[in-house]
Amino acid sequence: MTASVYRKSGGARWLVAVALTFMVLFLVLPLATVFAEALARGFEAYGATLTHPDAIAAIKLTLTVAAISVPLNVVFGIAAAWAIAKFDFPGKSLLVTFIDLPFSVSPVVAGLVYVLLFGMQGWLGPWLREHDIQIIFAVPGIVLATIFVTFPFVARELIPLMAEQGRDDEEAALSLGASGFQTFLRVTLPNIRWGLFYGVLLCNARAMGEFGAVSVVSGHLRGLTNTMPLHVEILYNEYNFVAAFAVASLLALLALLTLVLKSILEWRFGYHHGSAGH
Amino acid sequence: MKSKWNWRHAALSALLGSTVLAAAACSQGGRSDGAGESGAIELLNVSYDPTRELYEEINPLFAASWKARTGQDVTINMSHGGAGKQARAVIDGLDADVVTLALAYDIDEIAAKTDALAEEWQQRLPNNSSPYTSTIVFLVREGNPKNIRDWDDLVKPGVSVITPNPKTSGGARWNFLAAWAYARETHGTDAAAEDFVRKLYANVPVLDSGARGSTTTFAERGLGDVLLAWENEAFLAQKELGESEFDIVVPSISILAEPPVAVLDGNAARHGTTEVAEAYLRFLYTPEAQDVIGKHFYRPTSDAAKAKYAAVFPQVNLVTIDGAFGGWQAAQKRFFNDGGVFDEIFADAKR
Repeated sequence: MTASVYRKSGGARWLVAVALTFMVLFLVLPLATVFAEALARGFEAYGATLTHPDAIAAIKLTLTVAAISVPLNVVFGIAAAWAIAKFDFPGKSLLVTFIDLPFSVSPVVAGLVYVLLFGMQGWLGPWLREHDIQIIFAVPGIVLATIFVTFPFVARELIPLMAEQGRDDEEAALSLGASGFQTFLRVTLPNIRWGLFYGVLLCNARAMGEFGAVSVVSGHLRGLTNTMPLHVEILYNEYNFVAAFAVASLLALLALLTLVLKSILEWRFGYHHGSAGH
Repeated sequence: MKSKWNWRHAALSALLGSTVLAAAACSQGGRSDGAGESGAIELLNVSYDPTRELYEEINPLFAASWKARTGQDVTINMSHGGAGKQARAVIDGLDADVVTLALAYDIDEIAAKTDALAEEWQQRLPNNSSPYTSTIVFLVREGNPKNIRDWDDLVKPGVSVITPNPKTSGGARWNFLAAWAYARETHGTDAAAEDFVRKLYANVPVLDSGARGSTTTFAERGLGDVLLAWENEAFLAQKELGESEFDIVVPSISILAEPPVAVLDGNAARHGTTEVAEAYLRFLYTPEAQDVIGKHFYRPTSDAAKAKYAAVFPQVNLVTIDGAFGGWQAAQKRFFNDGGVFDEIFADAKR
């Protein structure tokens, strides 16, 4: 009813035009620029910059960081969402609040926290150095910072989904004699798989794209602790624009891939953000 | 039923995979350096912002010379950023073997806050441990549309000045002190000098954290009418981005900048790299390195390279940090520490 009213007034068309204009101006054009700049000197130069040892090191590091932080966040996210959605316990709302903390804390602060904790002037720094363990300005610090900023993605996706599904299925399985683990694998997991996949997708995109928190703890050692976003900045600052945009284009491709996967999920399985079902 | 088995399989392999990866990453987390089993060694040089291109060329030269002398392979890892920020990172545990920073104060800070090097580090290498010097010049847009000739033109209304943040950048501190030295000399009193820099920073729209950030702000993003820049940064911007786009203006008075280098003995001893780290810094004084230094628009200190590049560098009336400001400790305390002159005038400038 309302829709037809809008259609008659032309309001819908106008709104769509505004939205499209904004999208083209602020999303499509900048993205197109990234690819145009990256290919400014042809495909050969593009390939050459991406096979430079420093670029390969940055790509490898980014993949490593995502490969560690995403699975850990999956485990944590499922555990937290399960506990919150299916059980009552004291401190539950506190836990929910803490899960959201990384969303409300600036990434720079997230990085500084680890410097204060593990830095030489911090609590654990001198002890770590004595035992020859390097956390900040090395890969472990980058992983920690990434886990911090990507912490809520999986849990946030699963909590409403699991809460909506209730406990009936699990209770039925348990009463039929399934063990807790069996119940989880055969009842809970299939029920949440699309929500989980969606959470993983977002978590992964952020893990690979994070700049602020990682920048604070990285130390910017070329070929050692530069992730792709940090490497883009370095290349840009060295007037190496083709290389900077080439690496940026990989990140943009990742974003596009995430977008496509997300759309397929929504379209194929009728999964909608924040709502139940598959 | 079948699909559920697949799920179980997938979940288990994901868990296993993540554990293996985590373990792998932890084992490669620390830096593998020192005269290790393989015979190859790594050095970490933590440097200030504009030296990227310089060390990119010097490092392979040193590696070749070290290999010829000892048969050992050496890889030099680099980290660049604003000098103050870099010193902070080293103090926080960035495990550098050598530091090559924009000014002595930042290395003094490392000496004071860690036990990595002795307080009298600056006496260990020639020329106050500075293998080259530089100075501060102006970079303006082609044709100098705002007609900027000297420091006085920077405080005129409507002139937008780009310079980095003295809190994090060494170059920015040299910029500030050069401006102060000019005003003190020209207008006679400290009060006049303070008034001058207050007006100057009122004309600054943005403070980047390092010199290279300011250069890209000015050259790439097109902000500002004039960039206060390291002489080498100004030449490099011209070279990289086109001589037809920028002009260099040399002010009547500037400051002699001495970017010093030092081995962090504590760290190097722990890595077993003391000898190669010392050799690396001494290499900067060799004719080979001095020539590269001149080529990258830093003012060499060896006579041969000085003569070769004499035509490149304009004659400037240079004051020194020791002569005009009583050394870096005094200058830092008076101007740049919390509650110092910079904080005061910058708060006013932004009011």
